Amino acid sequence: MAGGVRIAGLVVALAVSVLLAIGLGAATVAPADTARYLWAAVTGGEIAAGEVTSYQIVWQIRAPRVVLAAVVGGGLAAVGVAVQALVRNALADPFILGVSSGASVGAVGVSVLGVWGALGIYAVSAGAFLGALAASVLVHLAARSRAGTTPLRLVLTGVAMAFGFQALLSVLIYLVPDAEATSAVLYWTMGSFGAATWGVLPVVALTVLIGLVVLRRLSRPLDVLSLGDETAASLGVDAAGLRGRLFVLTSLVTGAMVAVSGAIGFVGLVVPHVVRIVTGAGHRRVLVVAPLVGGVLMVWVDLVSRTLVAPRELPLGAITALVGVPVFIVLLRRRAYLFGGR
Amino acid sequence: MRLAFDEVTAVLDGREIVRRLSLEVPSGQVVGLVGPNGSGKSTAVRCVYRALRPTTGTIWLGRTDLASMSRKDSARSVAALTQHNGLDLDFTVEEVVALGRAPHHTGNQRLGARERALCHTAMERLDVAHLATRGVLSLSGGERQRVLIARALAQEPQVLVLDEPTNHLDIRHQAGLLVLLRDLGLTVLVVLHDLNLAAATCDRLGVLSEGRLVASGTPHEVLTEALVREVFGTTVTIVHHRGVPQLLHSLPERGSLR
Repeated sequence: MAGGVRIAGLVVALAVSVLLAIGLGAATVAPADTARYLWAAVTGGEIAAGEVTSYQIVWQIRAPRVVLAAVVGGGLAAVGVAVQALVRNALADPFILGVSSGASVGAVGVSVLGVWGALGIYAVSAGAFLGALAASVLVHLAARSRAGTTPLRLVLTGVAMAFGFQALLSVLIYLVPDAEATSAVLYWTMGSFGAATWGVLPVVALTVLIGLVVLRRLSRPLDVLSLGDETAASLGVDAAGLRGRLFVLTSLVTGAMVAVSGAIGFVGLVVPHVVRIVTGAGHRRVLVVAPLVGGVLMVWVDLVSRTLVAPRELPLGAITALVGVPVFIVLLRRRAYLFGGR
Repeated sequence: MRLAFDEVTAVLDGREIVRRLSLEVPSGQVVGLVGPNGSGKSTAVRCVYRALRPTTGTIWLGRTDLASMSRKDSARSVAALTQHNGLDLDFTVEEVVALGRAPHHTGNQRLGARERALCHTAMERLDVAHLATRGVLSLSGGERQRVLIARALAQEPQVLVLDEPTNHLDIRHQAGLLVLLRDLGLTVLVVLHDLNLAAATCDRLGVLSEGRLVASGTPHEVLTEALVREVFGTTVTIVHHRGVPQLLHSLPERGSLR
């Protein structure tokens, strides 16, 4: 079965990518050593005294970062698939409903105003998460009407809200014109895994995992939804209800991801399309392949981000776009790919 | 399984589009719903496939009030071809037809052998089996329409509701489809614009005008020159072809608009 082989190949590719990426960086560790350190960390085994520094780099600095990259890459790709089905728009990505700009306002607001000092290092993430959820709720309320929430109304409201939040962001930066605020804005709008620790990983990993499982269980309703709301009704699917549930689910998962990594663009837009070109449109396959592809891609993007001009880091969003745009355009031109018509 | 509208009123954006419609589709019969643009035909059938909830009145499916059934339950008995079919994703023809099985499943389980055979038969009946692996977005309008009807048949319904199924079809496939509808043995409610096709196919016709049922009966009873003039506002001559009333247009002389 071609599909099974493809998925197995992607799982292996993801494992190898994670292992290599953990070893690579300012201090390079051989893959065999990387594997040994990880094994020691997980099983409580022993390592030689001279290796403690390498071990710490591998286990405490790089491993959480690389795993977070894989998790967020996979999550963004899956949520991208879901949001494109939800709003029935090929241009949609996880951030189209205002989540990322809301998160930026929340995060920058918290870091600039210095509130919630008691939460320590988690204050900014909490601010981002709450900002993301607030943005989702606002978009939902504004887009709601008696006739239900139409996909186009949702997209237009999300885009309009995003402009509003960006204006708020500009006002914040204008009022508090220091370098810290500016770099915080860059961090949240372009994304970085620089803040990854084992402490922040479980919450986001669990959220993404639950999101993936739920979305995959919704494969068939998602397929039906793409036939249009009228046909969906005739097939027993309540399009408005499904859309509501998807909205809540994708907002929570995106919010959790943005809170730890900022808004990494392009992955959630392009990976779903690239995957559909290869696997076809059925969500059953797309929702397994897309997260794996997203995870592999993000691990390598993060590696480039932290090694290309080390010790400085390039913003992730810049790399995903620089790599993704040409690949996407080549694929679009080579294969007859249709979304919503010719 | 019979389908019956009982005093059904449907309101859209504060306007009554269907007004106290009572109409019965007896089990196994083909009933055509005809009427001018905007007379409420689509709105009436949307209530049957649950895209719209009637404001008042009841739609009976057999002896069950449709409103008391879950959407999924009613979708196991009622399949529909809707008027607006916005396909977004480039599914293959066989994938779209297989989605007709959606109401019969919970979760993601794959189709069984019987269901796959069912889908294949549906595709053959609509003459789209040779397109099975083609992407639906690359099909012509008529091919796509036939795929969507095959999908409705794969649903194994007892009641079939079709909103202008002959749209985009060439005359061979129009005739083929209507013969199929007659021979399926299902209870069929079909919205048709072409009164000649409606007369040739349907056991009974219901005529809607401004949301009200203004005539119903056999095509022979319903399709009169007087009714066409009154409801549709155009003059026709009715002839009988093999016992079926057919309309011949009587257009005014050239230049009469000047």
